[in-house]
This record gives sequence, C-alpha cells and structure tokens, in this order.
Amino acid sequence: MYLDNERRPTLTPQLAFRVAVIGGVALVMFAIIFFRLWYLQVLSGDNYVAAARENRVREIKIEAPRGEIVDRHGVALVENRNSLSIKVTPDKLPAKRADREEVYRRLGKLLGLNPRRMERRVERELKALPYSKPTIKQDVNPNVVAFVLERQEEFPGVEPERESLREYPHGLIGAHLFGQVGEVSPQELKDTRFSGVSMGDRVGKAGIEAEYDRFLRGRNGAARVEVDALGKLTKTLRRVQPAQGKQLRLSLDLNVQRVGQQALAGGTGRGAFAVMNVRNGEVVALGSQPSFDPNIFTKPISQKRLDALNSDALGKPLFDRAIQGGYPTGSTFKLITATAALQSGLITPATPLSDPGSLTVGGVTFENAGGVAHGVLSLIPALTVSSDVFFYQLGRDLNEKGMPLQLWAHRLGIGRRTGIDLPAETSGLLPTPRWRDNLFKKKLTDRPWSVGDNINLSVGQGDLQANPLQMAVAYAAIANGGRVLRPRLGLRIEDATGRALQELDAPTARRVKLAPETRNSILEGLHGAASAPGGTSTPVFQDFPIPIAGKTGTAEHVGKADQSWYVALAPYPNPRYVVAVTDEAGGFGADTAAPMTRRILAALFDVKETGLVQGGGAPD
Amino acid sequence: MAASTATAVKDFRESSERFLRIDPLMLLATIGLIAASIYIVGTATQDDRADANYFLYRQAAYAGVGFVLMLLISRFDYSRLREWKLGIYAFLIGSILLVYAMGVSARGSKRAISVPFFSFQPSELGKLLLIVALAGFMVDRIRRLGDRETTSRMVLLAVVPAMLVIGQPDLGSGLVYIAILVAILFIAGTPWTHFAALTGLAAAAIVVVVIAAPAAGVEVLKPYQKDRLTAFLSPGENQGKEAYQINQSLTAIGSGGKTGRGDEATQTKLDFLPEHHTDFVFSVVGEEFGFVGAALVLSLFALLIWRALRTLTIAKNFYGALVAGGITAMLMFQVFVNVGMTIGIMPITGIPLPLVSYGGSSVITTLMAIGLLQSIHAQARETAAVKRL
Repeated sequence: MYLDNERRPTLTPQLAFRVAVIGGVALVMFAIIFFRLWYLQVLSGDNYVAAARENRVREIKIEAPRGEIVDRHGVALVENRNSLSIKVTPDKLPAKRADREEVYRRLGKLLGLNPRRMERRVERELKALPYSKPTIKQDVNPNVVAFVLERQEEFPGVEPERESLREYPHGLIGAHLFGQVGEVSPQELKDTRFSGVSMGDRVGKAGIEAEYDRFLRGRNGAARVEVDALGKLTKTLRRVQPAQGKQLRLSLDLNVQRVGQQALAGGTGRGAFAVMNVRNGEVVALGSQPSFDPNIFTKPISQKRLDALNSDALGKPLFDRAIQGGYPTGSTFKLITATAALQSGLITPATPLSDPGSLTVGGVTFENAGGVAHGVLSLIPALTVSSDVFFYQLGRDLNEKGMPLQLWAHRLGIGRRTGIDLPAETSGLLPTPRWRDNLFKKKLTDRPWSVGDNINLSVGQGDLQANPLQMAVAYAAIANGGRVLRPRLGLRIEDATGRALQELDAPTARRVKLAPETRNSILEGLHGAASAPGGTSTPVFQDFPIPIAGKTGTAEHVGKADQSWYVALAPYPNPRYVVAVTDEAGGFGADTAAPMTRRILAALFDVKETGLVQGGGAPD
Repeated sequence: MAASTATAVKDFRESSERFLRIDPLMLLATIGLIAASIYIVGTATQDDRADANYFLYRQAAYAGVGFVLMLLISRFDYSRLREWKLGIYAFLIGSILLVYAMGVSARGSKRAISVPFFSFQPSELGKLLLIVALAGFMVDRIRRLGDRETTSRMVLLAVVPAMLVIGQPDLGSGLVYIAILVAILFIAGTPWTHFAALTGLAAAAIVVVVIAAPAAGVEVLKPYQKDRLTAFLSPGENQGKEAYQINQSLTAIGSGGKTGRGDEATQTKLDFLPEHHTDFVFSVVGEEFGFVGAALVLSLFALLIWRALRTLTIAKNFYGALVAGGITAMLMFQVFVNVGMTIGIMPITGIPLPLVSYGGSSVITTLMAIGLLQSIHAQARETAAVKRL
C-alpha cells in the first residue's frame, strides 16, 4: 500500500492558490498571443499580404533589341546578336562576407577572372549606381550559364541575363559613324531625351546610335514571375513582349564607303573623305582612316587597348578626321576666295590679273608652287592651272573693311559645324583679324593680323582648319547655286521588314545669294582643272567617262610632308555629288587625293576601271 | 458458460465505465489538435517531396500509434509508475547518453537514434519520463518539503538531463525540462524563498554563460544559438538566417489576415517559410486559415490546458497531482514558446508545437502524456465513485 500522506485531502488552500497561479499564467499568455495575432493578422494583415507578394513576385525586364542600321540599299551595317551575360543581384548575394567571397571565388574559377578584382569592380559599380545589377562578364558561353543555373545554391545572387549585343558585320568600314551603345548614366536619366528609359537600360552613347537613339531604342518588355524561396521560377504571371527598336536606313552607300576607305588606306593611311549629294545633303560616304573594328567595344575593353586606339603612333584610329579633323585645305580653298572676289565685286570672271610667279606684299614674297609664272590670266584659267599669285592678289585686295573673304567663307560653312547628324562634329577654325588680334592681346601669338594672313588664307594655307565634310558642303553650295546644305546620314525610319514608317525630312539648308555667273565660271574653271590641257588634275581624270569639275589642294605643314586634297563635283555641268578627299601626308593634291577621288567616283557612278589609276599632274 | 458470459458482460461494463471516466473534453481537444495537425502538415508539405503525401501519411501513422498508446495508458493506474521511478530515471539518462554514443546527426546536432521506420528522439520522450520520475522522487520527500536539501536534490535530478540535452545541442528540450522542474516544485508546495534563490542562481548562471564565459574565451552557446538570440532582440538590424526566419514567419501569419489565404498561401507553398511542417507549423495555420484558424487551434490548446489543470486538482493522490502539474507545464511552456516564436515575441529555440508539429517522437510523447492525464482523471473518478458507494 502507498504511504498515507499520498492520500491527500482533496484540495489544500495552498495547492488551490498555486493552481490558480498557473491558470493565471496560462490566461495571461493566451491573452498576449491573441492580442499579438490580432495585431498581426487583422490590423496589419494588408501590409503582410504586400510583403508576401513582394517575396514571391519579381519583375524581370526583357530588354528590347535595338533597331538595326542599314545602308541606302538595305545592307545591314549594325545588327544585333543574342548573348548571355553573368550579372550579380546584390541583395541576393550572401550577407556574410566570407560566404560572398566564396561565391566570387567559385565564379572566378568558372569564368577565369580574378575574384578580388571582380568583387572590387562590383562594389565600385554599386557605389556609382546603387540598386543596379553589375555585370560580371558579358557574352558568356551558354554552357557556363547552364552550369550556374543548375547550381543556384552554390551561386546565390548570380544570375545570367540575355542581352542583345551590337554587331558590326563590316568591321572597319564606317566604324566612326555608328558610335556605341552603353548603359544609361544617372545624368542622362534626368534628360528628357531619355524619358521612358530606366536604370540599366542601354542607350546610344555616341554617333548615329546616340543621334537616333529614340528610334533605335526599343520598348522593353517585362515578365512578372513568381519565384520560390530559392529564387527558382515557379510560374509566369504576366508577360509584356518587348518591342524591337525601329530600323534606321542611312543614306550611306556601303560600297562607296568601302572603296573610299580602301582608297585612303592605300595612301599614307591617314586621311578622310566625304561624299555628299549636292542637291539634298545626303551623305553617301564619310570615312576616316585609320579605322577600327567597332566590335571590340561591345565588350569591356582594356585601358591598354583603348590607349592604343588613341595613340599617335597608330594614327589615332578613334579620331574621326572627316568631321573632327582641322586642316589647312590648300588650293581647294580657292573656290571660296573666287566666290568672295566675284560676289564682292572685286573682279568679274573676265578681269585679267598678272601672274609673274610671285607677289611681294609688305616685304614678304609669296611664290607660286613650283615657282612657275602663268602670265596674265582671268579667273577661269587661274582656277584651271591653280595660279597662286592670282589668288594672292585677291587675298591681298579682300583684306579690306568687312573682310569679304572671311564673310563668304563663313557663309559657306568654314569655321562652323555643318550640322550633320553626328554629335562629335567640330567646327574647325576660320582665321579672322579679330581672332588673331585677340590671341596677340593674350600674348598667345607673336604678331597681330596682317595682310599676309589673308593672302595665306586665299590659297588655304596658314591657320585655317577645315575638314573634308566642310569642304564638301562649301563646294556643294556653289554647285547647287547657293544652298548651304546640312549633311545628313539618316534617311528614314523603317520597321524590321524595311517598310517605311517615317521619312526623315531633309534639314533646311541655309541660302546664300549667289550670282549664276559666279557659279558657272567657277565650275568651268574647276572643270578645266580636271580636263583642260594644263589643268592640275587633267592627267588623273582625262580618260574618266564622267565629266567632272575638281580642284586639287596641297596644304603645307611646317616640318612635315604636304597634305594632299582633292574636291570633285560630278557630273559636270550639273553635279549630283561632291567628293572631298584628303590624305594627311599625301603630297601634291594630284598625286594622291585625286586618284583616290577617281576611285570613289568610279564606285559612285558604277564606272568599270580597267587599270590602276596613276596620280600625277601639275603642282597647285 | 453462463458465468463466463456474466464475467464478460461485467468486464465490458467495467471497461466501458472506466472508459467513460476519462475526460471527454480533453479527448475532444486532443482529437481536434491531431486532426488539425494531419491536415496542416499534409497541405504544407505537398510540394516538398516527390511523394506528395509522405509527411501526411507518416504524421497520421504517428498519431495512430500515439492514440492507441494514449488509450492504453488511460486504462492503466499511473500510481504504479511511482515505484519504477529509479528505473525510469536511469532509462532517461541512459537513452540521452545513447544519443551521444550512436545518435544520427541532423543539421549540426545529434538528437535522435535511428530505429526501424523512424528516428527516435530520446529528449522528447524524456520530457514525460522526467515528469514521472521527478514526481516520484518528490513524493518520497513530501514530509521534508521545506528542506533546502529536498529542493536542491530535485534541482540536481532535473538539471543533469537538461544539461545533457542542451549539449546535443537541443536547447529547447532542455528548457522544457527546467519548466517541468519548476512546475513540480511549485505544485509540491516548495517555499517561495527557494524559488527566489533558484531565480538568483539561474540569473547568475546566465550571466556566466552569456557574458563571463565568452569573455574568458569559453563559448558555451553555439554560434547559431547566439544568432537566434540577437535576431530576436533586434530583428531589423540582423539580416542573417534567424532574422529571415522570423520575418518570413511574421509575413506568413500576417498575410493570413482574418480568414486566411487558403490555397494562395504562398509563403508556405513557395518555401519562404522555413521548417513549415515542424517548428513553424503554427505560421502555416496562421497563413492558411488566418486569425480564425489560429484562434481555433489556440482555443483547443486552451481547452487542453484547462482540462489538464482540472485533472491536477481532482487527482486521487499527490503523485497524480504532481504528474498532472508537470504535464501541464510541459504543454504550456511548449505552446507559449513555440507560438511566441512564430509571432516574434519569443526567440527561436526549436521547440515543437505539441501534437501539431510533424514528428513521431513529439506527437507520440505528447499523446502518451495526455493518456497519463486521462489515467489520473479516470482514477480520480473511480476513487470518487468507490467513495460514494
């Protein structure tokens, strides 16, 4: 039997109290739990529903491919290529530093990158662009991406992303025109030009890509997906398909462009050319040599390589000489001097001037190139034989009140931007008395303006800085009777199948009043220069089936080889195209630039050339 | 033949009478909680394994086994257990030590022994064993209740298995053991001064473990245990795994709203809620059935605890009262700490929700404990009936 004390009276007061205490504790704790549940579920329920939604629903941007860029015949110049890149999502990376480093270590092993450098770069990028998804590596092998996807537990926060990269099938040809695409910067996001663009989107950064970005840029799609706790996709809730950007058709002719660049590459390899329609400003070709392969910019590029592309030794391949170059233009400038002289009434086409081989002004003697004397001549033969002394006199006499030479050069677009649809264009320099006197005041030059400056300018020597496109515009203005065109590359906006959506209107041209006889006599003189006996480029063009008007130019550089220029208008007498070519160290205009021009004209007019075009002709 | 028939009839009568002496309300609460458990564990784990009903079937099987054990125990006179206290206590210590020797590891801790069909956690069954043994030792010293020696002996008897369990490491079960000790001392009538002294000692121990020992270079708590505490104390700052669990649990429960999200319970279905069939099963209830469902489950627990306390008061002997008190404390402590953890008012300690959390050891132990409560209830009613005669 059990002990007596085991049989206890039913409920002692002490036990009753203690049981009541336990009951009280239970009551209190249930009350606490109920109030807490009421607060969580009834009062804050909606917030937690939102939190649960945020947990599982992710918006995934589907990047819209950019529109392609084609030449005037529809040949693709800039295309898209699908690629996969590896990115990191910072808030999904492990919180612990050691774990994060482990992820980077694995990634480094997989991608062949330095883990520490990778981590530093991600941190730097996040500092600059918080909440972005820094790219670890672009254009990754699909097998590597599959490896990462299959092992998401080992690579938390590492995500592949489909990216459409630009591809340039023709490499060096037209490389300077297209520009690059890159992630939009915070500053750009504030700009209204980029309305509708969001962080991480890629936009045109330079060249055509930047100029026509709003057309080329597509509308990004989005997928709203549900993911589980491991970030694995469980289902797609909604999907908005991306809309590819519009196709842009350029006025460029790939064939002419290629021939032009090849022709230049066959010279000293440093130069530029422009081919433009003189009636509407459509740029048919615009090239600069040396060139580069724009495909290298679709991936991150090393500083070393970038430095090389900017180095003098390699001729600064990134530098677009056609619109950024600043050169004296040699005798090709005589067209402008002639226009100023005729329009200001200084001479008529028939006014005879004497060319004894040199002109002495203020104790300085200016000589003809090659020292020949052309005797007495009027404007047309003076252009044909490129008499310097003839134009020295015009330069001397135009150095008067109102500076008609500068006035007309300015009107024809020298020293100012042409307004072409490329953002990087520079204006060059038109020397004026005010410019030099200002420099002199600041003690940046040794002397004020003198008549000698104007004499130099009259034959395109000295301080003048112009590029081939500016010369093309000036020549076109004379050829078309006074319309200073704004050159343009963009022709029209099309859908992906090439159906026109929007014609890009030709920009309005600036008009200058030009007497018809001014135009006609100048053109006649230039025609003679390319066809008459004694014409400076007659040997180059005499057997060319298309009649042309063209002017050679040889710009002198102190201590360096002469720069060769040629500007042609064809066909004569009603030109459709202007071709301006320069080779930085090509010597006489007739030696290199003229034969290059002939090759370009042959491509332009579909002329079958039988032999190699030889340079040569009179000095100018 | 006739006599044997009469005996059979009498037996049947007696047994049905005895059956009727169990507490029907307690039975109702038990059945309700078990049914809820099977349903919740079933829906929460549909996508967790290739066999969608793996956890459902297993939990149902555990519940079935536990239910049979509960009924058997309720027919048995619990008072006999008092005589076996030494053996039971030895078995308790032995089984925990066995875990150290041949336990299977799961997530960094050894808590279970592998037996055919499932892994058995001695620390779970140990809760019940400790109650039964401790109550027995207490009754032996009933006359020297106010002695300090009695109290210290009891403390020692409980702290040894508690420390062994905490070392596995299974902090949650160790804390349950301490709660059981406190309850049995309390019900036995230990003077308040002793409780005050024990509280002081416990505080000193905590200071040593949490502050002094780490300062001296001895880490008593495992890093994850410390993480849990800091995550609980400052969930906003800590973005580690522990804070993640708390936040996901709060999101699950909160998003349940008034009536729950039913099949839209994405926190559970998409695995944002960790341990959703074991430690965080209450969060699943909260998400799927909202305030209404959570309140229902809590009400069943309240009913169970009320009936347990009532059983304590009617026990036919002191031993029964102590056992009932221990079981009540075990249930209360586990419910409060587990639910408190899921709603962010208690730190994460890895204590299961009795009867509801998935797990054979826990479910079967709890059902056996309830069987014992029923036995105490039935014995009390029988004694009362005998007295009336």
